[in-house]
Amino acid sequence: MLAPQGPRAHRVDHLLIAEMVKHGSRVLDVGCGDGALLQLLADTKDVDGRGIEVSRERVNACVARGLSVIQGDADHDLADYPDGAFDYAILSLTIQATLQPKAVLQQLLRIGRYAIVSFPNFGHWQVRAKLLFTGRMPVTENLPDAWYVSPNAHLCTIKDFSNLCDVLGARVERAVAFNASGQQLGTWLPLTVHNLMGEKAVFMLTQTWAENNGVKRS
Amino acid sequence: MAPTRDFLTPDVRTQEVNRPSSDYLDVRTPLRLDSGRTLNAYRIAYKTYGALNADKSNAILVTHALTGDQYVASHHPVTGKPGWWETLVGPGKPIDTDRFFVICPNVLGGCMGSTGPASINPDTDKPWGLDFPVITVGDMVNAQVPLIDHFGIDQLFCAIGGSMGGMQVLAWAARHRHRVFSAVPIATAAWHSSQNIAFHEVGRQAVMADPEWSQGRYLELGKEPRNGLAVARMAAHITYLSEEALQRKFGRNLQNLAAKSFSFNADFQVESYLRHQGSTFVDRFDANSYLYITRAIDYFDLAAEHGDVLANAFKDTKTRFCVVSFTSDWLYPTRESREIVQALNAVAANVSFVEIDSDKGHDAFLLEEPEMFATISGFINAGAARRGLKPARSG
Repeated sequence: MLAPQGPRAHRVDHLLIAEMVKHGSRVLDVGCGDGALLQLLADTKDVDGRGIEVSRERVNACVARGLSVIQGDADHDLADYPDGAFDYAILSLTIQATLQPKAVLQQLLRIGRYAIVSFPNFGHWQVRAKLLFTGRMPVTENLPDAWYVSPNAHLCTIKDFSNLCDVLGARVERAVAFNASGQQLGTWLPLTVHNLMGEKAVFMLTQTWAENNGVKRS
Repeated sequence: MAPTRDFLTPDVRTQEVNRPSSDYLDVRTPLRLDSGRTLNAYRIAYKTYGALNADKSNAILVTHALTGDQYVASHHPVTGKPGWWETLVGPGKPIDTDRFFVICPNVLGGCMGSTGPASINPDTDKPWGLDFPVITVGDMVNAQVPLIDHFGIDQLFCAIGGSMGGMQVLAWAARHRHRVFSAVPIATAAWHSSQNIAFHEVGRQAVMADPEWSQGRYLELGKEPRNGLAVARMAAHITYLSEEALQRKFGRNLQNLAAKSFSFNADFQVESYLRHQGSTFVDRFDANSYLYITRAIDYFDLAAEHGDVLANAFKDTKTRFCVVSFTSDWLYPTRESREIVQALNAVAANVSFVEIDSDKGHDAFLLEEPEMFATISGFINAGAARRGLKPARSG
């Protein structure tokens, strides 16, 4: 069961997140899927990792491979955790599928010292082009489902997400966009270019209000 | 009916109560009970499997359910049947006795050698009967502590059990948190629901309504409330299954009959099955033990012991948990397991939670459930790696 996994291609956002996370830290991966990120973080960063996943089959598969995962979802189950329970609360390619992205992000910022969020960028030029030229909801490699079966209830652009961070008073520690071939876009490029060329983005955030208000975290 | 019938004699049972064929530990340190009463001395009968390693870090405590016993992976001395969890415990099994030292005690209040109402009260030289103090799940756990001490074990690698066994696991994790590295409560709850208390009460009333019960003094009078206890078991057994499983197994099939008999015989297969469950149970279990243990379960409420906040029971816990429930278990439904998980999340404990898809009802935890085996194996192996225990043999 704990046999080393064969060579597999890690998702580029997972590799970036693994780079952001400090060795031996406490990590919650919300929407952890098959546990690939948790496994990567356990193997490379020796983290104390936990996962939440909505699919019962995937939860059971994760636990069978030795990961600490519970069945649940971002909208309902984050409220249970105490403030600052984790060093990193991660939401990878999941926020667009939540019912209340703002509330979920607030919870992430509350329970993690850092929140790390990755999401598909609805401002990507292919998405814009599809909508502009076909007049229909874009179906791309990155967003493969038709609108009527898509789990994505709240798609946003990089600019939109950036704006939500401002609304919540979250400080963006790091923001990286990937193009369609999985390459990071240069950080010197303006936000507008990221918003056009980035297919996915990863944001690392902290909550500033706690410091501003002198709130001591437990 | 069963070929093992000839050794299901009251003599064998009485012998197991007072001189168990398993190992046992006589504890002389008084046990202060939750009721306020004290048990001056008591015996815990137990079975062990596998070997304790040099640093005593590979012990797994298996706690049994209401009518279980210490014979988790070996033949039952009264019924001759295989151990009740041989699917899970044994060489190469998810709880691998080639790697782990497994301890399974009979609970305090039981009737397979641990002190209970059928045991002889040293003060009177008669069976305790209703003079036995009412006990709790917490008392059962406290009574097991000297056994763990006896082996020189500081910290159990794992405590695992289903149903009332799961309650004992939770009580271990709450009362003796530093002594439990990992905990697997299966098909259980942090408190016994009103409906479940109601079922228990039906069972107890059935026992007590049997004239043979004789106010609990049947043993000294040479009587046995067989009918009452059998009815109690029949009613309880329904709660261990599911409507779906009953329908799949028996439907409306008649038992060895071409047509209905227009009588109150066991026309239907399901009736015959339940009667069999009732009568075989009576052959191996003590009626007063049934009263005491069901009562202990009724009283179980881990939140109430901690200011009505379940999370307080696990505050600052370092124990790794794996909570397991079954979709068709209506005795301890998934939402009650989820409540345990929420309390553990509230203290940021390390917790896994799996719900196993099964139509076999509460009893699923005792049956062949490959997904349960896979998740328990994964959890135990990951914990063993953290604890620095040797990995499973390859292959």
